[in-house]
Amino acid sequence: MFSEYAVVIIFLVITIAAISPSGLSLTYIIQELITRLGRNSFLVISLLLPIYSGMGLNFAMSLGAMAGQIGLIFAVDWSVAGWQGLVFALLIGLPIAVFLGWICGKVMNKAKGREMVTGYILAFFINGIYQFFVLYMMGSVIPMRNASILLSRGYGIRNTLNLESVRQSLDTIFMLKLGGFDVPVVTLIIIALLCVFIVWFKKTKLGQDMRAVGQDMTVAEAAGIPVEKTRIVAIIISTVLACAGQLIFLQNMGNLATYNAHDQTSFFAAAAILVGGASVTHASIPNVFIGVILLHAMFIVSPLAGQNLFGSAMVGEYFRQFIGYGVIALSLVLYAWKSRKAIFNSRSDLRGGAAGKGKDEGGQA
Amino acid sequence: MRNNLKTFIQDFGWPRIIIFLFLVSLFVLAPFVGVRLDASLSDCLNRFGQYAILVLALVPMIQSGCGLNFGLALGIVAGLLGATVSLQLELRGFWGFFGAIAFATPFSVIFGYFYGKLLNKVKGEEMTIAMYVGFSFVMLMCIMWLVLPFDNPTMVWGYAGKGLRTTITVEGYWLKILNDFLAIRIGRFFVFPTGLLLFVGACAGGIWLFLRTRIGTAMTAVGSNPDFARASGVSADKMRTTSVILSTFLGAIGIIVYQQSFGFIQLYTAPSPMVFPAVAAILIGGASVNKASMINVLVGTFLFQGLLTMTPSVINSILQTDMSEVIRIIVSNGMILYALTRKVKVSK
Repeated sequence: MFSEYAVVIIFLVITIAAISPSGLSLTYIIQELITRLGRNSFLVISLLLPIYSGMGLNFAMSLGAMAGQIGLIFAVDWSVAGWQGLVFALLIGLPIAVFLGWICGKVMNKAKGREMVTGYILAFFINGIYQFFVLYMMGSVIPMRNASILLSRGYGIRNTLNLESVRQSLDTIFMLKLGGFDVPVVTLIIIALLCVFIVWFKKTKLGQDMRAVGQDMTVAEAAGIPVEKTRIVAIIISTVLACAGQLIFLQNMGNLATYNAHDQTSFFAAAAILVGGASVTHASIPNVFIGVILLHAMFIVSPLAGQNLFGSAMVGEYFRQFIGYGVIALSLVLYAWKSRKAIFNSRSDLRGGAAGKGKDEGGQA
Repeated sequence: MRNNLKTFIQDFGWPRIIIFLFLVSLFVLAPFVGVRLDASLSDCLNRFGQYAILVLALVPMIQSGCGLNFGLALGIVAGLLGATVSLQLELRGFWGFFGAIAFATPFSVIFGYFYGKLLNKVKGEEMTIAMYVGFSFVMLMCIMWLVLPFDNPTMVWGYAGKGLRTTITVEGYWLKILNDFLAIRIGRFFVFPTGLLLFVGACAGGIWLFLRTRIGTAMTAVGSNPDFARASGVSADKMRTTSVILSTFLGAIGIIVYQQSFGFIQLYTAPSPMVFPAVAAILIGGASVNKASMINVLVGTFLFQGLLTMTPSVINSILQTDMSEVIRIIVSNGMILYALTRKVKVSK
């Protein structure tokens, strides 16, 4: 029982304990939370479908993020400003995201049972290709119009790209003043629409197939569901959503660290959904929002709390990263532990309930 | 003959052959673009020795069926603790170097023990979990480096007087203590790091012998056929824990050897990115997720480090730009990806 909510409870306790030493006002924290909810929720939601399909946390979602960034670079290059710039970036990013998602699905089908670690490495691998593309191809092979975004050597994109032209263009289409807080209505509406889409999608034939595949691949195969294809579709949708999510994230941030903006995308998203109470096999929309709020509440308070408690902001900075990685490790451990126990229990049931020796049980998965 | 060649290629894998041919062509090209062969070869040997033990550290866990040790950072951290303690006590020369290893030993055994216990509880998911356990532990240690009471002035931040620096030089303590031991200098550019290679050889030989002892064989048995191992009375959990401790210990030695050659102790987030190149190297050498030998370690380290040494100098002289970083990312992660997506073959 405790283990189910262990992560949520630990988080709540740490964050509440850190609020007062951080010295931040509650209004500031709430305003930051609203901003970050708009900035991050979309990315976190993109993790849902692969979890339904039994592929675990899609650490390869940064593939989508990279596709979005390429789109954004072109939007800046062609100086398409405002929210139209974001739509333009999405149109360019979309086919790239679909293609990368398809590759990712293919690769993961070859690594069934270890999708997570494979996805993680795949993200690194594609990162190499992304760097090759952006650092060497853009401006030399691919013509760029805007020389100011290029490195001084004449090709390759600058390390940081100023997104002045599209900065918060989505958030500010309609910014509601609600009791002293700025609420980015359009961004939140888009996130709400995505939630509706996810709920609807789960009820479609394809959505049901994904659940079936997630439950048991062999049974699904026997029932005539094209297992591999369904898994590929789940990853493609996840990658495309991550592409759009990264655009929302970046328009809010207002600048693009060309070569490492996507590095920690999957880390923050995975940590958020797990903090929200999801596991490797079960996740829901409430998990997303609870997770984003809890994780980011801690991210907001911990650097200042570290500064005031230990006299060094770095302590808080390291602490929040430690907690982020630790939460992912802890949830993975708890899940693996539980599923091994379940296997063990079902085996001893077969033996007529006798508790077997079973200390060295299990092993191959 | 044709068939032999075909099975050889299948066993060895196309990516490895491509990497091998690429490295050979780099060596062939080097003199034509004005890169000195003897200096490059000397660099290759140096870097080979620098990394070999870190790669060797992966072998025990692969053999015992725990997969690729993405949590090698734990061993590296143990080594960092040993090195910093050795510097704190102002140990110099061989005393300092072996002192560092001695101080790292208890840390690595303790870390390895708990890490091994944890991995026993999560069989089948070791690799992903190892990765995140490693990351979070490195982050925890980042806080420790800031607050631990070290006070050797070469190690702490000058103005605050506390908190370790991000990089600490080992110059004046045990810089190149192995590299220079019995080193043979030929001409102006070529140095043969005898001591370093001897030490690597001794470690590799030790592990080779260990895998042939009773415990070593039991460990391999647990990895390749757990049911058989259980039937013959071997405790899988115990063997796996032993292998994790050994791997962590070797990781600690590996990073200390690396430091004495590299010249600096790198703290804070530095351990995390050291892990993936080691994994890539052993895979390039022909290891798979569940089988590795000394040959895999030695060949793999040489190929991978050779590639990393040669690409910047040769490719840069040809293309006039530095693409080595991108090539490194693509090759190392491509190799890991290749190994992860291959069907796990039943060991012969």
